Amino acid sequence: MRRDIFQAIADPTRRAIITLIALQAMTPNAIAENFHTTRQSVSKHLRILTECEMVKQEYRGREIYYSLEIEKIKEIDKWLDQLRKTWESRFNQLDKVLSTLKKQKK
Amino acid sequence: MTNELLFDFTVDKAAKTVYITREFNAPLSLVWDAFTKAEILDQWVAPAPFTAKTKYMNFEVGGKRFYAMVGPDGQEKWAIQRYTSISPKTNFKMFNVFADKDENPEPHGSEWDYNFSEHNGITKVSISIYNESFERMEMLLEGFKRGFTATLNNLENLLATLSPK
Repeated sequence: MRRDIFQAIADPTRRAIITLIALQAMTPNAIAENFHTTRQSVSKHLRILTECEMVKQEYRGREIYYSLEIEKIKEIDKWLDQLRKTWESRFNQLDKVLSTLKKQKK
Repeated sequence: MTNELLFDFTVDKAAKTVYITREFNAPLSLVWDAFTKAEILDQWVAPAPFTAKTKYMNFEVGGKRFYAMVGPDGQEKWAIQRYTSISPKTNFKMFNVFADKDENPEPHGSEWDYNFSEHNGITKVSISIYNESFERMEMLLEGFKRGFTATLNNLENLLATLSPK
């Protein structure tokens, strides 16, 4: 299932998980210790984050470690930067249109 | 000219909302027209090298604007805007949704809220855009990205010509 990457960050617990594992790869148990919630609930959030491709899993012995997909975060930032530039260029065009209209009114 | 004019762009990812504030060196009535009249909108709303064309626009509550962004390759991306609230020269709200050329809308859209105010001949416009799905905007941006690359290439060529040999 393809999920919206913004779905990953729409939930406060998921945002907290992202912040946690940004520092170091962690096991689901270690992550769950930081929350007043069940291990099942943390697993559910990790599954959604995995489906959003925001986190990657790595097997070390019998443990699974979750870490952040840095590239995915960069993707969001790049996308937002593009969006900002779109508006900038749009408004620069509007400046010119407005200045022409002002002259016409005089 | 535009340097001292405010431009603020923030994104609340969790709330799926984009906030944009911009000042314009023009009186409120002119800026209001630029945002609400098809013939002026078409002159600026598509970032170059894209162009905008409005098929029809009824700027009234319940009215619609049906328009396309036309790419440098002639490709058309159609959208429908439905006006949900209008307070002249102060505020208007609309629902924007992408569509095909026959006006069949896509399932997800975005809610736009525009606020206008004037102070000492400078008009401030604040826009908030709430997106049901960010993926939708992502799609639109893919198109713009191609356009931007084209613009940047133009600029590079121009700079190459201008720089002293």
